[in-house]
Amino acid sequence: MKKGILNLKSNFMSLRSNVLDLRKRKREVQKGGGDKAIEKQAKMGKLTARERILALLDKNSFHEYDLFVEHSAKDFGMESKILHGDGVIIGTGTIYNKPICIFAQDFTVAGGSLGMMHARKITKIMDHALKMRVPLIGINDSGGARIQEGVNSLAGYGEIFFRNTLASGVIPQISVILGPCAGGAVYSPALTDFVFVVENISKMFITGPSVIKSVLGEEITMEELGGARVHAELTGNAHFFSTSELECFEQIKKLISYIPRNNGTKALPFPPKPPKKGKKIEDIVPGDPRIPYDVRDIIKSVTDSSEFFEIMESFAPNIVIGFGRMEGDTVGFVANQPMVLAGVLDTDSSDKAGRFIRYCDAFNIPIVTLEDLPGYLPGVDQEHAGVIRHGAKILYAYSEATVPKVTVILRKAYGGGYIAMNSRHLRADFVFAWPTAEIAVMGPEGAANIVFRKEISEAENPEEVRQEKIQEYKKKFANPYVAAAQGYIDEVIEPKETRGRILHAMKVSENKSIALPRKKHGIPPF
Amino acid sequence: MTKEKKELKSLVVQGTVYQTNLTWKFENRVKWETPNPNYIYSFIPGTVIDIFVKPKEKVKEGETLLLLEAMKMQNQVRMPFDGQIVKIHIKKDQVIPKKYLMLEIKPLKLK
Repeated sequence: MKKGILNLKSNFMSLRSNVLDLRKRKREVQKGGGDKAIEKQAKMGKLTARERILALLDKNSFHEYDLFVEHSAKDFGMESKILHGDGVIIGTGTIYNKPICIFAQDFTVAGGSLGMMHARKITKIMDHALKMRVPLIGINDSGGARIQEGVNSLAGYGEIFFRNTLASGVIPQISVILGPCAGGAVYSPALTDFVFVVENISKMFITGPSVIKSVLGEEITMEELGGARVHAELTGNAHFFSTSELECFEQIKKLISYIPRNNGTKALPFPPKPPKKGKKIEDIVPGDPRIPYDVRDIIKSVTDSSEFFEIMESFAPNIVIGFGRMEGDTVGFVANQPMVLAGVLDTDSSDKAGRFIRYCDAFNIPIVTLEDLPGYLPGVDQEHAGVIRHGAKILYAYSEATVPKVTVILRKAYGGGYIAMNSRHLRADFVFAWPTAEIAVMGPEGAANIVFRKEISEAENPEEVRQEKIQEYKKKFANPYVAAAQGYIDEVIEPKETRGRILHAMKVSENKSIALPRKKHGIPPF
Repeated sequence: MTKEKKELKSLVVQGTVYQTNLTWKFENRVKWETPNPNYIYSFIPGTVIDIFVKPKEKVKEGETLLLLEAMKMQNQVRMPFDGQIVKIHIKKDQVIPKKYLMLEIKPLKLK
């Protein structure tokens, strides 16, 4: 018996030493690439992968998995190298007390290069996110494929891309580019819903400056080729731009507050609040359709607390997209912006709005469309850039969307643009028009030139007759009543009624249900 | 978009002149020019490996004029029609950008 008691004591002792050993092991791995590499990371103005996760998630909510995973490379002297966590941290946590899955590549460990086990950790947390129906956030900071691991590294990327596609439209997927993300690696963010970039830190490209120089003789810096600004303004790859990592995390948290956790739920409602008292909505829009104004002021005059969370602010600013709340519920806004390019639709703006509409539709977010556009942008460059197939995206997205869809025509609604901007004909649920709305095949100037060509050219004073005819056309067609007479517009409303009308439309659309023909999936023009 | 007040520009869409701001992309768009068949431009940036013709030389349609190496490929630039070389704007081993005027030619009936 005595012996047994002794054994128990020694067992207790050994358990304690085991715990101490575990703590020591954890501390070792959590150092990532070591002090020197961490110092280097800080010098680049970057936080470490662990610091990023802790800064983004709720305090004390992060739980890590696969801490002790080791790489499996056997060639080029890799077998003797230790790569802590194989260069990536995965885990679960909460943001605003709601669960999320997260991975963060650790640049201090072998440059965050992606080997087989590194990829396996990422796919493990992706599988979790999809199974648990919670958002996935991926922080990218990696030199690319781990060349020593050859085709296994490529396989890893492929497994990630496949899961990105599988999860698309089921759970929100957010990519945060906080370092290099080059070559094949760029395609994971490209497949996700929202991409965040930070000035001087994010770098995304398929082929880097050195290869471009050696092959093509073109010299360009990394920042000019694929920096944050390039992707936020020119390519449209990035949805959110910020000047620091902490600002970026605030943006992510804000986004998370607007969207539902998965496609089976709705975004969490907030306490309803009226719009701020500011400029009267009637005073924002000039009566002359040729004079611009900022359509975001109209959005803010109908949203709770006059808050509007804009997406892709600098890319194709001739269309405005983003989230706002109305009586506490998230609403997606799509609005032509007369301040830029007169609010025309073109290749980029169609692409931008088309994808956003599909996002809203996939995640049960009602869409409010504010319309004021002269049509599609004319030009050889637009035609040759494929404005036909890009422009078709917005038609497709609106037609396909089954969430509640409300349109308010503020002023111009001409030609193809009128049809594209969630018209009755694409199954808008409610179409309202202000008395300033002009629903016509084209603007009065262009129409008069065609309809009255003979009268104008044969007149003694063509310019005078032209102006007369423009006025005649304006009187007859440049109003909402012709379309209202056909029932294409449900009601002509006063500008100050806008919020109330949209809210009521949303309320009666709550249980919207439509039967669509059975299909595997459509074939959108992308 | 910047908050600062910029002077508005004009944009014409279907006969109507709108006051608005223009984007960088729009202002820097490439203006269309009708291509001149007598000018041969590089279709890709690269290095001129070899030039097989001289000024005033008569060349038949389909004959190789020069080799332009780009993306590890040696691309043969061929004569688009029967004609004569007017002027050569490139040298051997020269690295040239895309849309660089390489040769001027003119059509000529060859016996």
